[in-house]
This record gives sequence, C-alpha cells and structure tokens, in this order.
Amino acid sequence: MRAPSSELPIELDGVTVAARGVTILDDIALALAPGPPTVLIGPNGSGKSTLLRLAMGLLAPSRGRITWGGLEHVPPLKRAIVFQRPAMLRRSAAANLRFALRAAGIPRAEHARRIAELLELVGLEALADRAARRLSGGEQQRLALARALARDPAVLFLDEPTASLDPVATKAVEDIIRAVSERNIKVVMATHDLGEARRLAGELVMLHRGRVVETGAAASFFDAPQTVEARAFLAGELLI
Amino acid sequence: MPHQSALQLVLSGDPALFAIVRLSLHVSLSAVVLAALIGIPLGAWIALTRFPGRQGVIVLLNALMGLPPVVVGLAVYLALSRSGPLGAFGLLFTPGAMIIAQTVLVTPIIAALTRQTVEDLWLEYHDELTAMNLGPIGRVVALIWDARFSLVTALLAGFGRAAAEVGAIIIVGGNIEGFTRTMTTAIALETSKGDLPLAVGLGLVLISIVIAVNALAWSVRRAGERLAG
Repeated sequence: MRAPSSELPIELDGVTVAARGVTILDDIALALAPGPPTVLIGPNGSGKSTLLRLAMGLLAPSRGRITWGGLEHVPPLKRAIVFQRPAMLRRSAAANLRFALRAAGIPRAEHARRIAELLELVGLEALADRAARRLSGGEQQRLALARALARDPAVLFLDEPTASLDPVATKAVEDIIRAVSERNIKVVMATHDLGEARRLAGELVMLHRGRVVETGAAASFFDAPQTVEARAFLAGELLI
Repeated sequence: MPHQSALQLVLSGDPALFAIVRLSLHVSLSAVVLAALIGIPLGAWIALTRFPGRQGVIVLLNALMGLPPVVVGLAVYLALSRSGPLGAFGLLFTPGAMIIAQTVLVTPIIAALTRQTVEDLWLEYHDELTAMNLGPIGRVVALIWDARFSLVTALLAGFGRAAAEVGAIIIVGGNIEGFTRTMTTAIALETSKGDLPLAVGLGLVLISIVIAVNALAWSVRRAGERLAG
C-alpha cells in the first residue's frame, strides 16, 4: 500500500488539442482522482489515445491546462504508460526491465530483486532471458506492463492493452491490471471493448469526436446512461 | 603460369609478403576504429538533433561517402607536408599518415550509415524513451546499443572501403618498401613493373581477408540477433 501521491488528482481544464487545423480534443474538463480504474471508452478516433498522452505529459495542449496534484509541468517520474503497440528494446526480457529500472534511477543493488518481482507479477519468470522481440503478443504486452511498473508509478496509463490479444492472453493482462489497481496504483485505461470496460472500470469516461460526452461511476453508467451517444454505444450501435 | 607462382608465394609464407599484409590490416583496421569513434557518435547526434541546416548536413554527409580517395590523399598530403598546418608532426610518408587519410575517407561512411540506422530506430523508440524520462545521453547510448548489429554493417562498409583503396595511401604513404607498402599499393606497383605473380598473390590475399572479415561479422550479427532479437 502506498501513501497518496502528489501526482493525483490529474486535472484537465478547458484542454483542446489541435494539429494542422484538425481538432482532436475539444475543451476537455476532467479530473482523475485516486480510486478504482478509470476507463476511457469511445469509438476509434474519439481522442482516447491523445487524452492518455496529455495526462501522461507526453503532449502539450494547444489550449487549456493540465495539473498534476495542482502543479503544472510535473516530469513523469511517477507516471508510466503502456502504448497500444509497445516498442520492445532489442534485448532480453530481463534486460528490458533493467533498462527501465536504470532510467527510473533505482539503485543497481535493487535491480535483481525488482526484476524477479516484476517478472513474477506478470508471469514471465521462465522467459527472463528470451529476446523480448521474440515473445508472443500477449507476452510482450505483459512485459510492457512490468516495464511500466518498474518505476513504481502512482498512475499507470494503458492504451488498449488487450486490443489484439486472444481471450487467454486478455485474461492474463486483465488479472495483472486488477492486481496493479489493488496496490493503489491509479489505472487509467483506454478501450473500445465494452466487455473489458465492464470487467475493470470503477469509473467511466466516454469520449466521442474529441469531447467528453459522459462520465460517471461504472455501475450507473452501464445501468442508466444519460446521453444519446452512451446509450447508442452501449446498445452496440455503430457510433460514427 | 603467373597464377601458379602467385599461389606458391602465398603458401610459402614469404616474410616480405607477410609484412605487407600486416601493415595493410594495421592501417585499415586502425582507420575503421578511429572512424567509428568519431562517426558513430556524430551520426547518432545528427539523427537525434534538430538544428538549422540539418538537411544540408545530411546531404553533404551522404555525398562524402563517395569521396574520391586521391582527393582525400591530396588534402591530407597538403595538411601534413612540411609547410602544411600539421607539418610539424613529421607524419608524411609514415603509416600514421595513411591511417589519418583512411580515417577521413571512412568516417563519413560510418557517420552517414549510423545516422540512418539510429534515426529509424528513434522513430520506433521515441515514445517509450520519452515516457521513461530518459535524458539525451541515455537516449543516444540506448539507441547505439540497440542498433549495434546494424552498425556492424556500417563498420564493414567502412573496412571494405579502407582495405580496397589505393589512391589516398599511395599519396600520403609514398609506397616505401618495408615501411609504408600495403597490399593495394604493392599491387599497383608490381603490376606496373610487370611482376604479375606477386600482384596476383597479393590480390588473392586481399580478397580472402575481406571475405573472412565479412563472414566473421556476419556470424557475429546472426548470433547476436538470435540472442537479442
């Protein structure tokens, strides 16, 4: 269990992102507070990935401001992200983790112990010495999760972590996400898989065409959606 | 049959021939090591840095890959000659001068190929390394390390260039027997003198060495890729 971190809440205030005349996110107001996972849902192109990058601090808003624990421009020391297609370093699985530990400034003496812990958490102990790029898609995704956790983050962003995985691999990844959340690491995850949102979300944020159309606790969102867009999305209609 | 006597020359392990081969390898390998020490960091730096005139620098670097050896030889000759800016070191007509000339020749090749390799890898790693809050030096080190097997190819290209050229080292080395005579300068000389057996023998040795070095590097690369992906 960790103490509440200064990273949270992450607050977006009137945030707009535009590139080459196209508005990707439009006047977003959102607060990400400690608690169970926040799941961003919405169709492809609704701005989920861009919102994750903003909250991670990889992208500056065109307008508006973002604060982490009330401060602007906080370097991502206690935040981590798993991209939709994580880039595996051309090294072994264990060396990928060692690289992340070193980047996070964790003392060398702790590396071996932390690598063993992280590999165990994601169930890759047996593949420690395998070249990371030779792992299967599901194994790579689990290694990417372990690598993101190496810096002991307070917030973990996940961009469609199970998008191209089969059910077995998906379950393995979702189990890890639950375990992470139980350690009081705030999980913020994008998905367009409603089933996954139901299984994991404590809180939902629905995006459509670069705007937040609805937010709320998972239970009330699924039982009584307030907006036309959310009702359509939940009913499985194609939201365009 | 000149071929037969050439083969005999090689197989008999003639000490003069052996000295020539050793000097050639010493000069070309030293030049490749020096060029790698300059060219790899330089190429990586250009790959990761945005500055005014960068496109021009890349075009120039790529063009310099085809530097004519005789022109490099002439430039190094002028720099090292008694009245030149580096004349005081007395390097002209020594193996040192030949190493300098070949380093000048090979550095752009290694730098240009490194630039391309690192830039491609940077596209792939950019988001991850940024999210890990890695500083500029950490990025360069990570990219060079992860590009290490591709960089072997850049070093090979450099070595091939150095081992094969005659124009630069004949000008700055002077082809002095027992001192600055290498395989390529000896081949040029012996051919013009009409001693074809020695020229052909040296040619065979040169080609064998280039093939052997490439085969070695190829196996290192294959083995490394199997281990590291």
